Amino acid sequence: MRNVSKVFSNGTLALKDMSLDVERGEFLSLLGPSGCGKSTALRIIAGLGGPSSGTIDWPSSKINSRGLPEGDVGFVFQEPTLMPWQTVFGNVYLPLRLQSVNKSAARERIMETLASVGLADFANAYPRELSGGMKMRVSIARALVTKPKLLLMDEPFAALDEITRQKLNDDVLRLWKQSGVTVIFVTHSVFESAYLSNRIVVMKARPGQVFADMPLKTSGARDAEYRTSEEYRATTHEVSHALHEAIHAGGGTH
Amino acid sequence: MSNVVQTAPNTDDEAGTDSAVAILRPRTSNTERVLRIVVPVAMLVLAVVAWHLTVVLNGIPKYILPTPGDVVTSLINDWPTLAPSLLVTLRITFTALILALIGGVAMAIILVQSKWVELALFPFAVILQVTPVIAIAPLLLIYVPETQTVLLIIAFLVAFFPILSNMVTGLKSVDHNLLNLYDLYGASRWQTLIYLKLPASLPYFMAGLRIAGGLALIAAVVAEFAAGTAGQGSGLAFRLLESQYRLNIPRLFAALILLTGTGIAIFGLTSFIAWLSLHRWHESAVKREN
Repeated sequence: MRNVSKVFSNGTLALKDMSLDVERGEFLSLLGPSGCGKSTALRIIAGLGGPSSGTIDWPSSKINSRGLPEGDVGFVFQEPTLMPWQTVFGNVYLPLRLQSVNKSAARERIMETLASVGLADFANAYPRELSGGMKMRVSIARALVTKPKLLLMDEPFAALDEITRQKLNDDVLRLWKQSGVTVIFVTHSVFESAYLSNRIVVMKARPGQVFADMPLKTSGARDAEYRTSEEYRATTHEVSHALHEAIHAGGGTH
Repeated sequence: MSNVVQTAPNTDDEAGTDSAVAILRPRTSNTERVLRIVVPVAMLVLAVVAWHLTVVLNGIPKYILPTPGDVVTSLINDWPTLAPSLLVTLRITFTALILALIGGVAMAIILVQSKWVELALFPFAVILQVTPVIAIAPLLLIYVPETQTVLLIIAFLVAFFPILSNMVTGLKSVDHNLLNLYDLYGASRWQTLIYLKLPASLPYFMAGLRIAGGLALIAAVVAEFAAGTAGQGSGLAFRLLESQYRLNIPRLFAALILLTGTGIAIFGLTSFIAWLSLHRWHESAVKREN
């Protein structure tokens, strides 16, 4: 999947001539200060609010009426964004329901996806009965149930506590390895991006642009061990440095 | 031994639970539950007794203030007269309410479809809403030959607006991220309406329903007052006026009690429907636990 190459500029200049190629199977983090347009970029990729100029090219065969590859994109919002009147099952069923897949045909796939995020026992619970971390897992399950080729995540764990966040980071890594999905992950956390991704794109603000593009290879597995390793420390140092420069390049106050 | 086992289910559930849990449970919960029913009922009984004593001790004549006993007697004796009237009022109220539900929801859906539709219909909605509907009753009595239909139209108009405005607010208050999500998955307008917008506005609809239920009854009564001299009315409001002219005050009270009972029944019914549809997920129907 030789993915997106896009150029756009916007009235308020949230993004200016931003170009980005994403390779199939990558875990790419978009990192930057607030207001650098990283969420905007993600939304444009998702087809929510088109670019004012520039294009997004998809290698995929089937393109639907809205210029998106059919059923190939999953999106995880900053908030869990669940329907409170539906059970966990109903919420995960939604993308399939909108594709007119009937419930019994979808059941197995939904339960499989729920099991992969560790929520198989909560299929009949309502969102209000779940913790913040569990709601986020439902949201991830919903994004994965269509088996998308591209998973977009918009600061999904920003509102969660450190322990829950680490657990979910590990889960996302595991799901990424299992499914081979391409992930674009928006975050403002240096540590999160360094832990998760194999490529970090640092963005600068005013106007939003790509500032640095750093591939990331690690020798060992990414686990609790890695979190305290010298290699991880060096990486975060490097990424922090790039982010710091991006903030200065962006000018203004932060 | 067997004795203990047999009685265990009857002696609350303390026998089955371990002691720590039993201690933590508020011991007053049972007493409180009983008091919750006893206190209001006792107050009501007390008020009725006070009413009775006031009338008897002061020797107030029946045609000014009857005793509760007189009212009950009248309720029983005049039942053949009152029952058909009750039926008429009930029929107007519920027909108006159901029509208002259908009309209000349908209108709200049309209004939120496009900004232009809303702008075009806005003046009419405002004019109809700010005009005291009862003021057009004399006009309606001229235009519409059937008095019952006039009552129905008025009750409908009064019940219609709370449902319309609540539904419009509800349909517009849908979580924007959820709308984005539906967009992302290429949902059609119809799918978005059925799966997202309507369920999301259910709490607003229920609030509108509770208001409209009460208003429909009030409107049915007030409209009949307005049409009273048209002579054809035979609802409970007509009986109220009739009893007043004839100084049959016990019957007036009996009719009043039937109206109150209807009001309570409507409130109970709409609250129950709201609870039934919301208690699984909406904060308004869930008991707060801290």
